[in-house]
Amino acid sequence: MGRTGAHPGIALGSLSVWPMTTFDLAALRRFVDTFADRLHERKDELTALDSAIGDADHGINMDRGFTAVRGKVAELDDGTDLGTAAKTIGMTLISTVGGASGPLYGTFFLRLATSLGERSEADAEALGVALRAGLEGVAQRGKAVLDDKTMIDAMSPAIDAYDGAASDGMAAALNAAAEAAATGRDRITPLVARKGRASYLGERSANHQDPGATSTTVMFESLRDAVDG
Amino acid sequence: MTQDSTAAVGIVVVSHSAEVADATVRLVAQLANLPEDGPRLVAAGGLADGSVGTDAVRIADAVRRADAGAGVVILADLGSAVLSAGTAIDDLLEPDVAERTVISRGPLVEGTFVAAVQASASDGLDGVRAAADEAADMDKLGDRA
Repeated sequence: MGRTGAHPGIALGSLSVWPMTTFDLAALRRFVDTFADRLHERKDELTALDSAIGDADHGINMDRGFTAVRGKVAELDDGTDLGTAAKTIGMTLISTVGGASGPLYGTFFLRLATSLGERSEADAEALGVALRAGLEGVAQRGKAVLDDKTMIDAMSPAIDAYDGAASDGMAAALNAAAEAAATGRDRITPLVARKGRASYLGERSANHQDPGATSTTVMFESLRDAVDG
Repeated sequence: MTQDSTAAVGIVVVSHSAEVADATVRLVAQLANLPEDGPRLVAAGGLADGSVGTDAVRIADAVRRADAGAGVVILADLGSAVLSAGTAIDDLLEPDVAERTVISRGPLVEGTFVAAVQASASDGLDGVRAAADEAADMDKLGDRA
C-alpha cells in the first residue's frame, strides 16, 4: 500500500484531487520482497516455460537476481531516495542474473532510477513517467517491438493501461497495468518468437507461453500488491 | 569522438564463460604475436561468483582497462553477452569512453584475432571494428576463387 488516507480525494469545485497514494521506499521494499518471493515460488514454472523455447535458465536466473536484490535493498538506509534504491536494484540485476533478463530488467530499473532521481516519494504521474522510461530502456536494449514475443508484449500494454487509469490514482493504475500485462502475456502465446533464444526455434516457438512476458506480469502484479495490499 | 590516434585500439572479449573469455585472450595474444606495447586485450567472462552468464559491470571495468584512448572494440558470444555489452556502453561507462566503444558483430575467436592484428597494425577504431565484423566471412579454408 502506498499511503492512502492521509489526503483522501477532495472535490474542489469541478476539480478533484485524486487519492494521494504515493510510492515511497517502504512501497519499493514491499515490491521487492513480494516479487522476490513470487519468483522463488515460481522458479520451476518459469524455468519449465524457458526449457520449452529457451535455455531453461529464466527461473533460476531471476530467482538468483532478486534474492541478491532483496539483500541489497534491505541494507539501504531508511532515508535512501527512490533513484538510489532503483539504481541499486538495476546494478544488482546486471551483475547477478547472468542471462538476457539481467541487462533487460537491469536497464528497466536503471532508467527508472534516472527518472525518479532524488525523490523520496513519487505520485501516480511520476511513477508512470518512470515506468515508461524503463520500458523505453528495455525496448532500446533488446531492440524488440510488439509481437516479437518478448517481455515487451506484457510491459508495453501494462504501461499504456497505467497511463490510461492514472487519473484514478496509483492503485487503480497499477491494477490496470497488472491486468494488461497478463492479457499481453496470453495474447502472444500463439505467436512465433522473433527475438531472443526462442527465435532460433522459428515455428516451433509458437503455442508456448513466453517466460519473459510471464515474469514481467509477475512484476506488475507484485507492484500492484505492494501498493494496494 | 575523442580518440587518441597514437594509442592502439583495445579489445574486450565477452563470453558467458570466464574460461572461454580468458582462453580466447591467451590464444589470440599468442596467435597474433602481439608486442608488449600492443593493443590491450581484456577478458570479461562469466559472473563474479563463477556462474555462467554475463555481467555488464565486469564488461564496463574491462573496457576501462582496455581503453588506451583510441577506443575499444567488444567481441561477444551470444544473446545476453551482446545485451550486457550494450548496457555497459549506454548505462555504465563514462560518456567519453562510451562514445569510443563499439560492439562487433564478428564471431568471438576469429573476430578477436582479426581485431588484434588490425589494432597492432595501428588501425583506428572504425578499421578494427570493420575487420572484426568481416571475420565471420574469412576464407578459413583458403579455397575461395
